[in-house]
Amino acid sequence: MQFDLDAEQLSLQESLQRYFSQQYDFEKRRAFLATPHGSSPLVWRNLAAQGITAIGIPETHGGIGGAAEIMLVMEEIGRSLVLEPFMSTIALCAPLIADIGTEAQCAEILPRVAAGDCRLALAHSEPDARYTLDYVKARARQDGGSFRLDGIKQTVLDGAVADLFLVTARTDDTIGVFVVEPGATGLDVARYRTQDGRSAADLTLRNVPGKLLGDGRDALPAIERAIERALAALCAEAVGAMDATNAATVEYTKSRKQFGQPIGRFQALQHRMADMFVLATQARSMSVLATGRLASADAALRRRDIASAKAYVGKALRFVGQQAVQLHGGMGMADELAVSHYFKRLTMIGQTFGDVSHHVQTVSEAILAEAVPVSELA
Amino acid sequence: MDLEYSSAEQTFRNDVRKFIDAKLPRELAAKVLGHKRLTREDIMSWHRTLHTVGWSAPTWPKQFGGPGWTSVQQHIFDEECTAAGTPPVIAFGVRMVAPVIMAYGNPAQQQHFLPKILSGEHWWCQGYSEPGAGSDLASLKTSAVRRGDNYIVNGQKTWNTLGHLADWLFCLVRTSTEGRSQEGISFLLIDMKSKGISVRPIALIDGEHEVNEVWLDDVEVPVENRVGEENKGWTYAKYLLTHERVNIARLGESKRELRGLKALAAKARSNGHPLIEDARFRDRIAELEVDLRALEFTVLRVLAEEAAGRDPGAISSALKIAGSEIQQTLTELKMQALGPRALPWIPEALDAGWQGAPDGAEWWAAISGRYFNMRKTSIYSGSNEIQRNIISHRLLGL
Repeated sequence: MQFDLDAEQLSLQESLQRYFSQQYDFEKRRAFLATPHGSSPLVWRNLAAQGITAIGIPETHGGIGGAAEIMLVMEEIGRSLVLEPFMSTIALCAPLIADIGTEAQCAEILPRVAAGDCRLALAHSEPDARYTLDYVKARARQDGGSFRLDGIKQTVLDGAVADLFLVTARTDDTIGVFVVEPGATGLDVARYRTQDGRSAADLTLRNVPGKLLGDGRDALPAIERAIERALAALCAEAVGAMDATNAATVEYTKSRKQFGQPIGRFQALQHRMADMFVLATQARSMSVLATGRLASADAALRRRDIASAKAYVGKALRFVGQQAVQLHGGMGMADELAVSHYFKRLTMIGQTFGDVSHHVQTVSEAILAEAVPVSELA
Repeated sequence: MDLEYSSAEQTFRNDVRKFIDAKLPRELAAKVLGHKRLTREDIMSWHRTLHTVGWSAPTWPKQFGGPGWTSVQQHIFDEECTAAGTPPVIAFGVRMVAPVIMAYGNPAQQQHFLPKILSGEHWWCQGYSEPGAGSDLASLKTSAVRRGDNYIVNGQKTWNTLGHLADWLFCLVRTSTEGRSQEGISFLLIDMKSKGISVRPIALIDGEHEVNEVWLDDVEVPVENRVGEENKGWTYAKYLLTHERVNIARLGESKRELRGLKALAAKARSNGHPLIEDARFRDRIAELEVDLRALEFTVLRVLAEEAAGRDPGAISSALKIAGSEIQQTLTELKMQALGPRALPWIPEALDAGWQGAPDGAEWWAAISGRYFNMRKTSIYSGSNEIQRNIISHRLLGL
């Protein structure tokens, strides 16, 4: 067992922390937030220059590092509330392409991603699906060597800034993943912002040309794996955001004075912050578990542990976020302080790719499937 | 990053498992797993079995006769023991007083007491709490007055666990009333056979005899049985409280009890069907499993910190809070799994081999009492409120 970062990972962490603290402080972020889509081409290029956009991509396609590095980057993204499409592009879509794309497709797309020239978004979720991954009504028809897609995709994260969409759709017998250009004919991209200021979009596809990724085998298992990677990444982001939220709350209660003393002297508040700390500490353990499990060949264990991690992180982020606002009093409601922005980001993470009850249900169904012998009753 | 145990650690786990499988009597395991009453001999016979291979004090270094295991090995040992249903090793000697004697005792004390803890010849108990000194432990009043080569000890200790079975008492006493209350405390080792000690049982919420009042009336304690310096006992007591980092989480026990809860929910019926098919109830088990997984990997992270030679500090308070809440939820869900069968109180059900259930089924009868009993876990060893104070003062700087 080994949970420590190695020297290279530590240096990546340090340089990212330095970069974000200098170039992505809360006021600079506010300026990015005010741009049409929130994310900044300049920041993305700077991340690319540091090799951040090459993480997790196979070395043959210009990549470096893997799941542990993604965890580490996501934690810093959470700590600094970075609006860039790292999760969609690097944690979610690029590994999905590497997983099922043909060698030629990987060679065409992944080096551009690694170089910071291509941002990706997964268009999977559909109306009425909620969090069910195999609920896909979008259709793909073969049209010569290409495909034509029809359907509706909702809440496509980072969908307003993506250079390519990965769209899931049903062919006659399987689910496939299709590469779709944002400017494709028949594609309507309704761009909007999320509660926490990120970009997203709803897609309406009418006879839209798309290229099938891979060889036409059922892509559902690969999509499930991709969502597992996204879940681990979101857990790490939440851990970074909770760390920062807790630190901000402790600092605020040390400086805010009422009744002639810092409110952090009051035991009711101290105990609340102790509980926030315990949850964040254990959420970090679950984030490490989720990322560590990604490589496991035991699908049932992987699924159960990652669901457990997101369920626990979801519980923790709700308490930490809500109580951070509560302990900031009126200032917790203000746009001016970071805490309201952390709370919104944490809440959105909680709603993304399965909320607490969704993942508890996954664990619960696994419990039903495992037969614990009644002889255990001694 | 690597979540798996090393192959050496897995071999170690197999060795421990094989040993337990060969040596642990089935009926004894059944008593433990069924939460039946254990006799002193049940506990000591297993202690002696472990002692034959040098495993009776899993946390001890080799220099004092322990196995010299890493903290990960200790954790594996604990998981295997609890999963198999071995009787507990009484913590007061092996895990509590022994580390203090190792760190602060003199060579004579180490040579006299440690081998007897190891062999099980001495059963230890604790004299910390007093009627007026619970969470505010430093306000304790039991006095020790120096007379020649003895201290004369007078006072009352309470919540003393299993002292009616014990040979020795480690005891915090007041040797000075000068200065801050923490500064006048000494740490004494007291022979329970000493004249002037009386032990009176306290009946507990579940009707069981587990804890006692211990009265000390002009008890003579040789000065040589003081650990460390006079008036420095608070330092040693705090050392004792923070020494136990990981064991306080009760991880192995809770993993075992979660399996037991699932088995119980498969056995218990609702509307004629296994309760585990009821999604509402099963989801609560799932939530608990998630919490336990979070505790497990927090424990493993702390173990890794220790293995790397770093001090994880006050994190034990977080483990205490999370671990005790899980223990309590486990027993609560077990009790609730019984539905109306949670109501009957049948004290005989705690006796091994009892077969007097009104419906001829024994499996449910000992469960409810444990729910009441386990409310202690958030109160003892520093209540969870005290743990939150520690976190906010030491970790958050509030």
